[in-house]
Formats: sequence, structure tokens, C-alpha cells
Amino acid sequence: MNARHGAESPDGTVAGYNFAYLDEQTKRMIRRALLKAVAIPGHQIPFGSREMPLPYGWGTGGIQTTAAIIGRDDTLKVIDQGSDDTTNAVNIRRFFARTAGVKTTTRTLDATIIQTRHRIPETPLREGQILVYQVPMPEPLYRLEPRVAECRKLHALSEYGLMNVKLYEDIVRHGSIATTYDYPVIVNDRYLTAPSPIPKFDNPKLHMNAALQLFGAGRERRLYAIPPYTRVRSLDFDDYPFEIQRWEHACEICGSRESFLDEMIVDDKGKRMFVCSDSDYCAQRVGGNEASTVHATLDEAADLSMNERADETERERA
Amino acid sequence: MTPLLSARGLTTRYGARIGCEDVSFDLYPGEVLCVVGESGSGKSTLLGTVALRVQAASGSLTYVTAHGEPLNLLTLSEPRRRLLMRTEWGFVEQNPRDGLRMTVSSGANIGEPLMAVGARHFGKIRETSSDWMRRVELDAGRIDDLPASFSGGMQQRLQIARNLVTGPRLVLMDEPTAGLDVSVQARLLDLLRTLTAQLHLACIIVTHDIGVARLLAHRLMVMQGGRVVEAGLTDQVLDDPQHPYTQLLVSSVLPV
Repeated sequence: MNARHGAESPDGTVAGYNFAYLDEQTKRMIRRALLKAVAIPGHQIPFGSREMPLPYGWGTGGIQTTAAIIGRDDTLKVIDQGSDDTTNAVNIRRFFARTAGVKTTTRTLDATIIQTRHRIPETPLREGQILVYQVPMPEPLYRLEPRVAECRKLHALSEYGLMNVKLYEDIVRHGSIATTYDYPVIVNDRYLTAPSPIPKFDNPKLHMNAALQLFGAGRERRLYAIPPYTRVRSLDFDDYPFEIQRWEHACEICGSRESFLDEMIVDDKGKRMFVCSDSDYCAQRVGGNEASTVHATLDEAADLSMNERADETERERA
Repeated sequence: MTPLLSARGLTTRYGARIGCEDVSFDLYPGEVLCVVGESGSGKSTLLGTVALRVQAASGSLTYVTAHGEPLNLLTLSEPRRRLLMRTEWGFVEQNPRDGLRMTVSSGANIGEPLMAVGARHFGKIRETSSDWMRRVELDAGRIDDLPASFSGGMQQRLQIARNLVTGPRLVLMDEPTAGLDVSVQARLLDLLRTLTAQLHLACIIVTHDIGVARLLAHRLMVMQGGRVVEAGLTDQVLDDPQHPYTQLLVSSVLPV
């Protein structure tokens, strides 16, 4: 931020910017698109994505969605791979604290808006909460059908046999459906939808969720939504039903056996440990401050494994 | 018996140029119709028009579905047309790479039309795929190999299996044997003849190879300059050609 805009007003926000960074016209445009998205669950709505002060792929779609819906009374939580204290999450949280002056939190229960990348919080969401996903590629068919016009046609006529071809290939090559993230779902028995790169462990949480789920893809300029209490079915075969990941370990910090675990290598001798990827859930289970210090010491290791996983995801996309 | 497909005065234009003009024919269930002619005679345009890939300028095209319902194909809605293509029709491309999905295994290639019409049981899809690989004389042990690792003739047979797996009633083929060497061609023709007889398939085959026509076709249409110049039973047309162009065509075949 340059010197002219650098001055801070009494409430801690940066002067010279509109509330939540985007101008009001842009927010109206995004809200209109969001209304359409909620009206047609799982259907991708085009919108005029704006340049944001961070690169595509870092959450521009999620930020624009959050900026369009956030109000002064909202409490914002931002997570990246389940964690509140990774670079992306910290930066986005600070961005809204400085441009909108809203309260921020790391507690899932206290938040009214949760912007997320790659995870759904372990703590069940309640009515009135909004989950905003950052989506790199909203089109679940794009690897299989390169023509955009043809993809739209397949959606319009709900011809989704092609998606099963991918799952078939998975079984042929790996003996089971090896898709572990961005696992395709059918929303409201109609639209094939990419749930963003959340692990398939989180797919059951999409189904009949009490919270409103909004998806923003900045680079691809698409918005879509899963309204509260909407049916979401993960694709599968009759004889190879959808299954979520299981771990032989419990979280080494909180002992949870129900949560999604990150595997971390903690020294140069290959020693590894499994901990919850949802840092807030883990901290709540351990109780208060003690857990947050544990997490602070683990930060370095967590960042490492996070980067590894991001690299892996990028490689698979390339 | 009512015809499966009947065309009347079918005309397709590319701007001012003529693709095919005033083509009429009836195709009955189980009948193989060959369209022969030189390059640029409008054979492929006619096939494209019948397959509803090229928009016809005028004429009519009627198809009777498995339920006995006559459909006016030229005014058919797109969802209905796509459903028809998936369930009752097949299209074998000249180049198998256009008709196959080259990045997925051959089993998935055969299974895709099944999954497109709602099959969701992996074991059954796989069983049908390997069964069809055997029927088109492919090694069922190669069900997980990519089509790219197959030879041209094998790819063509794979494409045929993929088209026949849903049990279509009408299959359109555009030069199915072009680009294959003669021994592979002979085996493919033999296979096609067996399959069309077994499955009681109606076929429209476009070819420039009189030999293919003689071996496979019940009836023949000879095209020149976008028009049908002669039509009739295969033996009749080939043994006693009436039109000068047909006479030229038949006499141009190199004797072995």
C-alpha cells in the first residue's frame, strides 16, 4: 500500500478504500450472480471477476465472494488446509480486518463467514453460517472434455456418463477409486459439481449441511453454490461405493480418531507424526491456550507438509 | 415392412456449392447400403447429413424408432438427437483416433457408451467390455491397455466394438477400411459381415472401394457430383452398370 492510502482510521481500517475493498457496483454484480447460484444449486454462474491484490490461484474468487457478502457485524474465519495460521489464511484474514474492519476469529463456532481452501471444518456448521470456498477449477469435466461449449451442453442435458469413465480408469489403474480430492458430486440430483480440492473425506459434510456453501473461482470467473440442506451425492459404482479415507493413527495432540489427519515428518531421520489438519478443532479438544502453543511449535513442520501437498496438487494438475 | 430410415430429396449446400443434391433412399432393418463414388462426389456429405452432423438445406429424413415411433430427424430437438445417437445409432469414423478416447483404456472406451446410458456397475461394464473385445477379435487380456498401443486395424475394431456395445439398430460408417493394409482389411470386412448379419444391423457404409461394396452391401448407390446417378442391388449395379460413370468406376478396378 502506498503512502497516500497508508493512513489508518480510528477503527483500524485503511483509509481510501471502500468497505471490504471492492466497489459497490462490483459487489452488486457478484451478489446477483450469487443469487442465481443459490437458485440453481451446483450450476456454474459466470461473473465479471476483478483484479485482486493477489495472484490468481491464491483465492481471488473466494475473496471476491467474501467481500460481496460481508457486513460490519460479521465475524470472519479464514482457513487454508484446515489451519488458521498458514500464510494464505493469515493474509486474507488481515486483508478483511484492514479493509472492512470486521471481527476475525479462529473459532469455527464464533464465525459467521468462513473462507476456506481445501477443507471443511470438523466442527459441524450451523444455520446462518456461510462457508466460502476458493476454487481453482470449477468445471469437473474439463480434463475429460476440453471443449467449453460441449461441457456446457453436457451440463444442460445432464449427460454425466463421462465422469464415470474417469472413475473406471481409476479402478483399472489403482484397484479402487483413487481420486482423493476434488471428488465429483451431484448436487440436488441434477448438476455435476466440483467440490473444490477438498479431500473426499469432507464430501459427506457437503450433504444436507446447515450452512450456505458458496464457491468462487476468480481465474475461471465462475460462482456456484450449495444452499443449506441440499442433497449432495458423491459419484461411484454400485460395486465400488464411495468411501472416505481412514487412518490407523489418532491425532498425536488431541487423540481424535474422527478428524482428517496430516502426516508430518518432524526430523531428518524420517520420524513422522499424525495431527489434525483442522487446527481449531484440535485446539478446542485439547482446551484453550495449551493447544495453541503446541500448534505454534508445529507450525514449521506443518508448513513443510503443506507445501509438499500443494506441490503435489500442482504436479497432478500440470 | 416399413423402412428404418427414409430420405426424400435430401439436399445439402455449402454456401452456393452443392454438397449432395436430391438424394432419396429407403433403408430397411438389417440392410447394408453402400455409397460409392470418387472423392468429392458428396458421399461423406450425405453421410454427415444423415448423421445430423451437417445441416440439410431441404428434403426430409424420417427414422422409425425401436418403439415404432416415426421421427422427423431434420427437426429433432438436440437432447432427443443425442439420446438417439447414444442408444440406437452408431458412427464409425474413418480415422479411429477421431472416434476413440485415446487417453483412457480400451475397456473404458467400450464401457463409455454403457456408462452414458446409465450403467453403474463396474464388474458388469468390464465383463461386457471384455466380451466385446473377444467378439471383434481383440485380445481380451489387453482390456487395460491404451488404444494408442494398438495397431491401426485393432483400433478400428475397437471403435466398432465401442459403437456396437449399446446394441444399436443403425450404424453409419465412413470409409471403415481406408488406410488399412489388404489382409487386415479382409479380416475387418469379414468381421463386419458377420456382425451385421448376427445383430441384424442396418448399415450405411461410405466407401470408394468397389471391393468393399461388393463384399458387404446388399444395395448400392453410386454418386457423382453430389447426385445419385445409379442405385440398385449390388450385383445388378456392379455386373450390369447402366450409367456411363458407373461403367467407368467398375472398369477402373484393377484386376488381380
